[in-house]
Amino acid sequence: MKKSDDKSRRSFLNNGLTIGAFSIISGSLIASKLFGNDEPDEELVEVMTTEGDIIKVPASEVEEVPKKPAYNEREGFANRKFVMVVDLAKCRNALKCQDACNKHHYIVGDNAWLKVYKMQESEQTAPYWMPMMCQHCDEPACVTVCPVDATFKRRDGIVLIDNEQCIGCRFCMAACPYSTRVFNWNDPEQETALAEEEHPAEHSADHCGHPSIKGTVDKCDFCPHSIDKGELPHCVAACPNDVFLFGDAYEDTVTNGSGQSYRLSELLEEKAGYRLMEGLGTEPSVFYLPPVDRSDAFEDGLKEYREFNSVKKPEEL
Amino acid sequence: MSKYDDLVAELAPRKFTKLGVSWTIGLAIVTLIGIAAYIDQIIKGQIVTNMRDYVLWGVYISNFVFFVAISFVGSLTAAVLRLTHKTWRTPLVRIAEIIAFAAIVLAGVTIILDMGRPDRLLNLFIHARLQSPITWDVVIITTYIAISALILYIPLLPDLAILKDKFKDNWTGIWYKRLSLKWKGSVKQWAIQKKSIKIVAILIIPVALILQTVDAWLFSTTFRIGWDSTNLGPYFIAGAFVVGVGGLISVTYVLRKVYKLEKYITELHFDKLGKMLVFACLVYLYFNISEYLLPAFTAPKAEEAHLRELFVGHYAPLFWFVTIGGLILPIILLIFPWGRKPKVLFFIAILVVITSWWKRYLIVVPALLHPFLPVQGVPESWHSYFPSMHEWAIVSGTLAAALLIITILVRYVPIIPIHRTATEMGILPNDKDEQS
Ligand code: SF4
Repeated sequence: MKKSDDKSRRSFLNNGLTIGAFSIISGSLIASKLFGNDEPDEELVEVMTTEGDIIKVPASEVEEVPKKPAYNEREGFANRKFVMVVDLAKCRNALKCQDACNKHHYIVGDNAWLKVYKMQESEQTAPYWMPMMCQHCDEPACVTVCPVDATFKRRDGIVLIDNEQCIGCRFCMAACPYSTRVFNWNDPEQETALAEEEHPAEHSADHCGHPSIKGTVDKCDFCPHSIDKGELPHCVAACPNDVFLFGDAYEDTVTNGSGQSYRLSELLEEKAGYRLMEGLGTEPSVFYLPPVDRSDAFEDGLKEYREFNSVKKPEEL
Repeated sequence: MSKYDDLVAELAPRKFTKLGVSWTIGLAIVTLIGIAAYIDQIIKGQIVTNMRDYVLWGVYISNFVFFVAISFVGSLTAAVLRLTHKTWRTPLVRIAEIIAFAAIVLAGVTIILDMGRPDRLLNLFIHARLQSPITWDVVIITTYIAISALILYIPLLPDLAILKDKFKDNWTGIWYKRLSLKWKGSVKQWAIQKKSIKIVAILIIPVALILQTVDAWLFSTTFRIGWDSTNLGPYFIAGAFVVGVGGLISVTYVLRKVYKLEKYITELHFDKLGKMLVFACLVYLYFNISEYLLPAFTAPKAEEAHLRELFVGHYAPLFWFVTIGGLILPIILLIFPWGRKPKVLFFIAILVVITSWWKRYLIVVPALLHPFLPVQGVPESWHSYFPSMHEWAIVSGTLAAALLIITILVRYVPIIPIHRTATEMGILPNDKDEQS
């Protein structure tokens, strides 16, 4: 498994997006790099080869491709397939992911989009903590049943909601087997949450909850607004235990909050990754690694556990 | 022709009595309260309901399913009885069609009440996506409204012409005249009318079946335990048959009593309707067994929890009330001839209609309380559901509105086809047989 040395949280997407945003001028440079002919005094930048290896090349040899390919919020990023891996072995219900998600999506309702479930299949089996968010299925039941094309799937694998088109029939919520969709039963009281915003919020499917709209559905959006800035989704960045890894299946790379990158296929192979309710055929984009070899007792997570509350009120924060 | 005049006098729509007026005003008030509650829901949002992210559909949807179900028989029995030329149908068909029309219109209204953004209703057409069962529902409900209106209206033409003459000095006469579309009863007109009725009567059968099935698929196209069943289509059709006949019996009994129509609607009619009801109940029982009893044998854990909730859990009292009161008791009582006497039958029918309403509630709500993942991280009140005052007010409003439509139609439309009855009684020449 290849790990990059750089621990910066931005590195994942810099690695990823370089393919689109930069091109290496001299073809021979890669060869010289691989064979070790470094020119040490020049400033180096990281790029990822088509093999997925991270290499450093002199900045002068790298040219910025000026324009990002035209991005359409309904179509998504070209040639990308976003995936998430959740390592249950590391989760201790710290709930930093939830706090970050709630904060950055201005969630003020009573039901968070990211919840850490206290799971125990039966009395004979071990309990564990399981972060749950939209699974961004490749065969999304919600998209199939939506009568007005308000919830849609993009080519980069992300399932989003156009809250300006949604009629609030809630059929998608009935259809979702993962219960991850949340309805705005009243006018969301986001004034204080959004007040910190520099720009007045203008709705875009790209940033769910910014703002939320009464009578429509919200859910985890995989943070395309962060990806666009070259950042990791808020939950991934916020987790102190590196439970989440986010990345691109085409590049076969996922990166955790500490900036360590892994081969997706190797990770799933080595740790026996699986997806939830595989039998339903929804083909989720979120993979789980089983809760094995846990360093912390399950009970440690109970401190933070709140059965009836997933969104902290301002006074609790 | 004095016999004919007597008949027209007896069957023509009559002014409301005091009782009729207060009944109508009562319904109008309940409807208005419902409208007021709905306006409040629009302003505050659906937070005024007790639906939340887990029980995301509640009494609006179950009430919608009820309306769709009851609209079934009105048209289907009417159409089937027409096509099979059963003459005993004559005094019942129009009542059935009136019920069907009122119910399907209110079904259409009810689905809008459940929408979070009714202001975006047009999106259903502008952005319609064909693979969504809601789109199928939109298409089939509008079609059914149109066909129910036609099957009510076309056979009405000869009667409207009769009424036009009877009420010619009255403002209603003008309307009867306009609506009668220059009906003179010429051979050509009869031929066109007969053909139109036949087309509509044939058309309504598949449309009604599709309507019930699509309604069932609204649920069975999801993964939910309790909904994800291939049995649901026929189960809904059978259930619609039951509540439809129940509704028809109830309304017929009341009208017969109020308008003293014993001469036209006899015990024989009730006997036949009673037999239809018991037959419907038996078929429905069969589907209930396939829906609830059979799965109990192989139920995986989650499904077992769902069934236990119904059989012995929180919903058991309601479940058994609905099953015994709406299914088993009617079957037992209706086997005996005295059970099919008008009064007894009326009470059974009322019971059937009430239990059918709650039955829809049991189909919609408990399934939502058992999602695949545990219910966590939401307020305790979200773990259960019972309709709020707003929901009750709005639902009562829709039920009252349906009764109001029926009442108004009964006021202005002859509930027993005059022309046809006259022909059948030999008062009018029978040369244009089978014309309606
Ligand atoms: S609630 Fe909105 S997003 Fe969901 S199915 Fe209905 S219209 Fe589509």
